[in-house]
Amino acid sequence: MSFFKQHLPVWLTAIIGVLTILSFFMPHPLIADPAETLQNWAIVIVASGYVLGAANVLKVNGEDVARRRTNWPYKIVLLASMIGMMIIGFFMSGGTHFLDAGTKFTWAYNNLYVPMQATMFALLAFFIASAAFRAFRIRTIDAGLLAIAALIVMIGRVPIGQWLTKDLPEPWQLPVWASWLLEWPQNAAKRGIAIGAGLGVMATGLRIILGIERNYMREDKS
Amino acid sequence: MPFMAARDSRLRPTFATMRPRLPIPALAGALLALVLWAGVACAQDSLATIQLLAPAPAPPTGVTANDVANDKGRALAISWTASAAEKTNSVLVYRILRADAPEGPFAVIDSVAAGTTSKTDETVTAGHAYWYRVAAVGPGGEGLSTETAAGHPTAQWFNSTRLSVFLITLLFFAFVLGFILFAQTGKSMFVRRIPGIDAIEEAIGRATEMGRSVLYVPGINDIDDIQTMASLTILETVAKMTAKYETPIIVPTNYPVVFTLAQEMVKNGFVAAGRPDAYDPNSVRYVTTEQFAYVAAVNGIMLRDKPAANIYLGAFFAESLLLAETGFATKAIQVAGTAQVAQLPFFVVACDYTLIGEELYAAGAYLSKEPRLLGSLKGSDLMKAVLILIIVVGCVLETAGYKGFTNFMATQ
Repeated sequence: MSFFKQHLPVWLTAIIGVLTILSFFMPHPLIADPAETLQNWAIVIVASGYVLGAANVLKVNGEDVARRRTNWPYKIVLLASMIGMMIIGFFMSGGTHFLDAGTKFTWAYNNLYVPMQATMFALLAFFIASAAFRAFRIRTIDAGLLAIAALIVMIGRVPIGQWLTKDLPEPWQLPVWASWLLEWPQNAAKRGIAIGAGLGVMATGLRIILGIERNYMREDKS
Repeated sequence: MPFMAARDSRLRPTFATMRPRLPIPALAGALLALVLWAGVACAQDSLATIQLLAPAPAPPTGVTANDVANDKGRALAISWTASAAEKTNSVLVYRILRADAPEGPFAVIDSVAAGTTSKTDETVTAGHAYWYRVAAVGPGGEGLSTETAAGHPTAQWFNSTRLSVFLITLLFFAFVLGFILFAQTGKSMFVRRIPGIDAIEEAIGRATEMGRSVLYVPGINDIDDIQTMASLTILETVAKMTAKYETPIIVPTNYPVVFTLAQEMVKNGFVAAGRPDAYDPNSVRYVTTEQFAYVAAVNGIMLRDKPAANIYLGAFFAESLLLAETGFATKAIQVAGTAQVAQLPFFVVACDYTLIGEELYAAGAYLSKEPRLLGSLKGSDLMKAVLILIIVVGCVLETAGYKGFTNFMATQ
């Protein structure tokens, strides 16, 4: 049992990990095709996991309702919505074509879920305003630089910024400054972070492939 | 009324006064049909005349079929020299014909507009030979190339355009393995302090003091994102701390596989802390894969349960600020970390501590203090130094007008 519980997952991870890396460098079908097949398998495995997810939603919220825990009426709404959408999808929307245009499932999704989603997304406008208000309070030199840079970029990207400095020589115009800030210092910082993150990805991947980092396995630590 | 009746009878035409009417609509329709028939007949005659008068365009020349480099052997690049008739705009399309033998039979596999002189055939099989001819088609007919081009698609073992990446990857792996071996000798290694990671324990401690829970959000991507893997690694250590301090932890997840793994991580953490009995299976819950529905659920947890510490580690997108600002409103201590560059500013603004890019990947090793994991961090640091050197050398050579190094580093 030890082999199946401890060694087999590590070996499988290592073999699949190495194969996937090799497929990036080696386009030959003997390497690339199995790697592609494995990636397709991953999609199938992930899809089968949704049953677990739905079961967990039912269990966690069903228990809350049954035991009348705090806010249990909301859980009834959640469960009713979930079961209602499942019934509409399974039995009232043309079987496997439930995602087609004009089905009851699509109607419910477009007219109930999509507006709620848009509402959540719209909240972002207010949150950006409140976050910006805090971010631009000049308390330190760093915050001051941030506020100045933000001011230049924001004003430089709108017509009034162009209008304000249109009579100045080109190097002194706000849109030019805004573009320079975005194209040079901002891009340099972004690429620096991206290179660091890329190395982090490679290091983490190598640790997993080598079996050094295997927290994904349940180990007997008792 | 009699007057009206008389007037009506006078105005109403009788059968005797009616003249025989011509069926004008029917005649007009017939006339139109005649004109159309005549037009079509004339057009056909004209076309036939054009075809008789205009010669077929000159065939394209110089047809070649070359294997596409660095691929699986499932493509051939067909190219030809344009027909001389293109100068007089007498070519409409080029038809590409293929056969399995030099003598044919050739069948049309594709066509491209006039002016095009190449096409990649992606319907071939590696190891088979194919023969191609190209025909220029115009109003005067079809000019088929006399020459036949043979092509042999071949699968390559190595993508030569990725040689630079391959060498750098090998070097990086060598560094990491070298430092891991060095770590196994028992010698201590210095790893700089990362305040954001240190703050995680501080946040959990604060939640413990306040008697409230810890909220852990492992990003909104599936397990195929390495950020999610890194986040789950940290989750185990966080769960261990919460188990040690007897503080409840809530982990809402948005993908079923992440949910299953998160359950394992939290359970492992409780076992490692010696309190497996305190593990609550409902502490890790699946919510939904829908981005904003997930945000609504997590924000609801924040507003109702009021966790004292919110930890956001993983891949985040537009929801980053929605989560962090709601957490800020609940006065929770917040630690965030992501490699999504576009979301970092939002976390920096709204959270108390932020792990930037690679710090997220380093957090697992940093928290575990395991020598082999710390060794991999040192390997990454050394590779960063090498990359900085490569960038500087590349800038100098590019400035000096030498393009070879830049071309070598470019990949496809």
